[in-house]
Amino acid sequence: MSASAVYLFWIFGIFIVMLFSIGLYCILATFNLIRALIGVEILIKAVTLLIIVAGFLSGHTALTQSLVITMIVIEAVVMTIAVGIVLGIHKQNKSLDVRKIRSLKG
Amino acid sequence: MHLNYLILVVLVLAALWTVMTRSLIRAAIGLAATSAVLTIIMFRLNSPLAAVFELSVCAGLISVLFVSTISLTQPLNKEEVLAHMKERLGRFWVLPFLVIAIGLTLSFIQFKLNLRLPAPEAEKDVRAVLWNLRQLDLLGQIIILITGVFGVVILFRERLKK
Repeated sequence: MSASAVYLFWIFGIFIVMLFSIGLYCILATFNLIRALIGVEILIKAVTLLIIVAGFLSGHTALTQSLVITMIVIEAVVMTIAVGIVLGIHKQNKSLDVRKIRSLKG
Repeated sequence: MHLNYLILVVLVLAALWTVMTRSLIRAAIGLAATSAVLTIIMFRLNSPLAAVFELSVCAGLISVLFVSTISLTQPLNKEEVLAHMKERLGRFWVLPFLVIAIGLTLSFIQFKLNLRLPAPEAEKDVRAVLWNLRQLDLLGQIIILITGVFGVVILFRERLKK
């Protein structure tokens, strides 16, 4: 790996870690279910960027693009199901606050 | 390449705004903006097809999904919003400082990467890779899509029964 490629990977890596930490903090600090899903989305975006950068630097862009497309399809399905579950929880509890969801407690 | 760094800064700022903004609708719009900025980076890194998918599915479909979910759920009244704002500020004020600290710490570390990359492949078409080399991925995608459809059907059927 050439020095310029390592430098480029390092710069992108810093921003990917920053993006990942934003998503992780959002999931850990929020009590709202929709915000937690948004945090998951940001985490997925960080991973997507990492795969794209790896493909760009290694010259395997076709392979990484196909992986990213698969990831996006999975992401869309997971989000659809998660949103359906969130709507169900809201119908049951009239709230999206995780502190008020007590139906599974004990 | 300096433009890439500028776009990366915009990406992180968009993500920060998404997480820190008070309104859920604004958070959904911020997520779409983050996806759009990511799309620009993907275009610039020679991944146009994945970028188109990111733009149409993540910035389009998933944002619509979030906005419709937010509109279907009960909004807070004014007093609740004020109380919620103060509580949120108490939990989230540390995030921008944390992100800047992580970025500065990582930029000062002299990290020696010793990665051995495979030789760059001859220019291949994404469609050829997806249809010829990654057939199991396609099968997995189909299975996941069918699972998703059944999941949605079950979730809404249960609601109809009640």
